[in-house]
Amino acid sequence: MTFFAASGLTINFGGIRAVDGVSFEVEAGQVFTIIGPNGAGKTTIFNLVSRIYEPLQGRLVFCDEDITRVPPHQIARRGIARTFQNIELFEHATVLQNLLLGRHAHKRSRFVEELLFLPRVRALELEHREAAERVIDFLDLQAYRDSLVVNLPYGVRKVVEMARALCTQPKLLLLDEPSSGLSVEETEDMAFWIQDIRALLGITVLMVEHDMSLVSAVSDRVLALNYGRSLAIGTAQEVQEHPEVIKAYLGA
Amino acid sequence: MRFLFKTAYTQDLGLFRDAVQRNTYVALLAGLLVLPKVVPDYFVDVTLVFIYGLCGLSLMTLAGYTGLVSLGHAAFLGIGAYAHVFFAHDLKMPWVLSVALAAAVTAAAGVLVGLPALRMTGVYLSIATLAFALIIQEVFTRWDRVTGGLKGKPVDKPVLFGISFANDVAFYFLCLGVLIGALWLTANVLRSPTGRAWVAIRDSEIAAQSMGVNLAIYKTMAFAYSAGLMGIAGALFAHKIGFLAPDIFSVLLSIQFLLMVVVGGLGSLHGAVFGAVFVAMLPVLISQARDAVPAWAATLAGPLGKSAAAGAFQAVDRFVKQPGLEPGIFGLILVLFILFEPLGIYGRWTKIKVYFSLFPLYKRATFRRQRAYMRSERLR
Repeated sequence: MTFFAASGLTINFGGIRAVDGVSFEVEAGQVFTIIGPNGAGKTTIFNLVSRIYEPLQGRLVFCDEDITRVPPHQIARRGIARTFQNIELFEHATVLQNLLLGRHAHKRSRFVEELLFLPRVRALELEHREAAERVIDFLDLQAYRDSLVVNLPYGVRKVVEMARALCTQPKLLLLDEPSSGLSVEETEDMAFWIQDIRALLGITVLMVEHDMSLVSAVSDRVLALNYGRSLAIGTAQEVQEHPEVIKAYLGA
Repeated sequence: MRFLFKTAYTQDLGLFRDAVQRNTYVALLAGLLVLPKVVPDYFVDVTLVFIYGLCGLSLMTLAGYTGLVSLGHAAFLGIGAYAHVFFAHDLKMPWVLSVALAAAVTAAAGVLVGLPALRMTGVYLSIATLAFALIIQEVFTRWDRVTGGLKGKPVDKPVLFGISFANDVAFYFLCLGVLIGALWLTANVLRSPTGRAWVAIRDSEIAAQSMGVNLAIYKTMAFAYSAGLMGIAGALFAHKIGFLAPDIFSVLLSIQFLLMVVVGGLGSLHGAVFGAVFVAMLPVLISQARDAVPAWAATLAGPLGKSAAAGAFQAVDRFVKQPGLEPGIFGLILVLFILFEPLGIYGRWTKIKVYFSLFPLYKRATFRRQRAYMRSERLR
């Protein structure tokens, strides 16, 4: 069975070929990391996987299903959740409300029932709340449950965004630069959490990351990109020592 | 300072924060119930506040919660009003059925506007809704078989289940009941997944989409719900003014609705009601100011001599009696609120409450808006 596979992904922005025939495969239970210099096309690949961009060519397969043409709002329902590089939380809502929105893919109430707030809606709301509370426990967010996101420091927002993604109960979690903007301690916490997400929740992680200590600590496989093309794929060690990768980062 | 000690998840599902808040609303309701007895001369104006409150609620769900600013809500009000009068008066339908049908027709119109609006955001959407409002106003004028055209259309007093609501007190209670019902329904939607999805669309469309929110469906739903509420408001509005003419549903009225939600406070149900009170009182304040301000000017200029005083009186009087002054004042208030109190009256109210609950420790920075430097490029 193929858990997740991208083959020959290609996209153009105007005259620029941002991603050029990139192929990779992620096995269930892995932490798979994409690295590369700025502008290499890492986030673009994420946007392709979460179907925000339409690929020019290529195919995405998730759990043996072709998801290349699935509309973006259906992606969460298939079991793929994501975070954003620059944090896209709902700022004028509390942390709890953000997490509950993460449960949207599991929404089962109809509009008319909600208008009258029937007992069924109440029961479903409690169910969503319990799921959100499990994530709050998991990521130690109890202290921030009722604070507005605008009032939270950057490091906490990063965790809240990950929590929101976990609330969708994904099979595959896409983390876009989980450590960007975090302090050294926060980055270490992030590494532990990523390991826990895989070990305790059994979620496969696909991430984009620059911090090589975090990459080596958690990744099973690493893909290095430059100018939209894949340079090397293998373990963190192998990729870091690959001559093409060193050339891309340090120049010839 | 009071601390809420929460022991069960159901506490967060209630309509009210705690018993104190609930009792406040019960007291307010009791006050409103005896109001016609206490101030028999003025409660008629409060009826208008209730109808405006419905309008505010309608635009609040769309602009305040879903982030879709409409400049055409007067058109929905008009569609609701004309549809109701057509069903109840021309087709002799029972009142409740007629209002329900009027709401349905208006909601359908909302969907029609919402569908092309899915591709537009921000100011472009506002312009599109403005254009829609102008078209609809033209339709009201031309389609005289249904609307009576420029001659207008008289509206009968409401009769529900054989009971006449012809007298002002009865109509007051009818409007109050409808407003409370609408508030309850809206609060219910807002504490459910649909309401959360609307807020999510307002704050970040791309994140909402990635969490599984179908933008097209939820935006259309917001339009339909908002328009439907406006349709009900329109039916009551028709009875309130007693006579429908196309020029009532002008752009100025749409701007008044926008003024209502911005001044009241975007993103809160309280704001819709506060804004309705404000907008209903504003014309009264303006007309009183019209009479008073020239005299003040004359008093100020008094020390300069009699002719100066008379001159000042006349100049100011001529200025305040200019016909275009009222929309100008609306616009000015809108701009001032956006600049100095973007959270509106409700925001100011929360700040005052926080000030007293934290009394010696209040920090002004608590509510300072911070600029968001780190937002990803908006992917649409």
